[in-house]
Amino acid sequence: MSLRTTVYPLLTVLCGIVAVWYAAAVWMNATWVYDQAERSGTTVSFAEMVPQTMTQDRPLLPPPHQVGAELWKGLFGQAVTSKRSLVYHAYITFKGTMMGFGLGIVFGVALAMAIVRFRVVDMSVMPWAVISQTIPIVALAPMIIVVSSQMGLSGRDLPKAIIAAYLSFFPVLVSMVKGLRSPDQMQLDLLKTYGAGEWATFLKLRLPASMPYFFASLKVAVAASLVGTIVGELPTGAIEGLGARMLIGSQFGEPLIMWAALFAAAILAGLLILAVGVLERFARARMGVPA
Amino acid sequence: MKDTLNSSPPVIEARGLNLVFQTADGPVHALKDLNLTINRGDFVSFIGPSGCGKTTFLRAIAALEHPTDGTLTVNGMSPDEARKKRAYGYVFQAAGLYPWRTISGNIRLPLEIMGFSKADQDARVERVLDLVELSGFGKKFPWQLSGGMQQRASIARALAFDADILLMDEPFGALDEIVRDRLNEEVLKLWARTGKTIGFVTHSIPEAVYLSTKIVVMSPRPGRITDIIDSPLPKERPLDIRDSREFIEIAHRVREGLRAGHLDD
Repeated sequence: MSLRTTVYPLLTVLCGIVAVWYAAAVWMNATWVYDQAERSGTTVSFAEMVPQTMTQDRPLLPPPHQVGAELWKGLFGQAVTSKRSLVYHAYITFKGTMMGFGLGIVFGVALAMAIVRFRVVDMSVMPWAVISQTIPIVALAPMIIVVSSQMGLSGRDLPKAIIAAYLSFFPVLVSMVKGLRSPDQMQLDLLKTYGAGEWATFLKLRLPASMPYFFASLKVAVAASLVGTIVGELPTGAIEGLGARMLIGSQFGEPLIMWAALFAAAILAGLLILAVGVLERFARARMGVPA
Repeated sequence: MKDTLNSSPPVIEARGLNLVFQTADGPVHALKDLNLTINRGDFVSFIGPSGCGKTTFLRAIAALEHPTDGTLTVNGMSPDEARKKRAYGYVFQAAGLYPWRTISGNIRLPLEIMGFSKADQDARVERVLDLVELSGFGKKFPWQLSGGMQQRASIARALAFDADILLMDEPFGALDEIVRDRLNEEVLKLWARTGKTIGFVTHSIPEAVYLSTKIVVMSPRPGRITDIIDSPLPKERPLDIRDSREFIEIAHRVREGLRAGHLDD
């Protein structure tokens, strides 16, 4: 792997995005500059207008360097325990994501095992699992939070985890069903000639055969879990987490806060997927896959 | 148990065996009125075109298919009971090694399922690896081995639990001619060293004649036996025996048997 095949293509796309972003920032924030000029009875030339779109307090679309500065301030500008620290909020979101991810894996794998084992479950539960994913999570999240507080659950950790698990169990379920069914007839026959029971067949053949499918689904599941957690932080009342931060930014007309939180979430997602990737590579090496 | 090999009861005996598959297109008569006796230490080849039931018969011996009519005994028991007594090892056309297990781990698989002790497992793995000349390859993963070596490993896996019947379903069908010749020689050596009863399904006339003490010629629609040939070739068989007159005569008879099965097509 050389720079030519890894870094350069990424950088090219990144430069393109930044360029388009700056152009869009000028275009969108120009309206405000022209309005100000008109109100004070002056006119501004294009060359005078452009710098003024780069430094507004409440731009319609903050340019990259403003978002970068706000993100830097949020991440490194204060103690990580501060309520204004993005590290603090990212940690809250991370915690929720991990709980939902764990819950989603357990639920997804258990359901997949039942579906592969029992035809009845396959026919009765699988369609509902599919239907569950067609309901918009934004509509469902407030209900889950209300119901869980009705049931006397204090705090937001559990409802958030449930919302995250609701999104993340599905890719795990679908992949595991496929993975557990992946051994062909010959391999099943072979075990039959050993007199292997159902449990031995599951442990020795189906489960290990499903692992590549499982790890492939984890990347999707962890991203879905993060989205679920952020959505779970949006309904009013939440004050912690990147989702709450985004909502505050939007409600109080502070686009910089919103954008910084958005990018913090993107960085968190990147790190999570990276971590799952490392885990996957480790597992693959242990299972004898050629490097 | 009687004391001589010839007088011991047959290992596999089929009497009036019928097997009908119910398919969407109606019943398919896979095996019709099969009668066959296989004795201890026999090397029996089943040869015939696709659909003649040779694989189905092997699978019936292994209790992977169940006859609809007639009797089939393995060591005097039903195939299902024989499986519980670990009467046979089965080798499929594809090696079917688990990619996530090493060669040793793959051979260990039946031993783990059957509950052999850890020390016993280790000893058995070493012994059968040596038997198929793969000593030193135990720690390799399947993808690190050639196709021929993988198939040898799968034979070792079938030998690991000391079944006295080895059932092989076109084990070398996917390998090239040169590798196949070598493995044929090795299977003969293995057979001589272990004294196992071997059932061997093949498409190849030279392979069947070279390996077997008994050749069962089969034909399709419905699957049935058209000829059973007891080979006069000696037990000791160098590769160049294939140029001898006897060899050519047997091969000729097999070919005749195969052709006869097609006359009514």
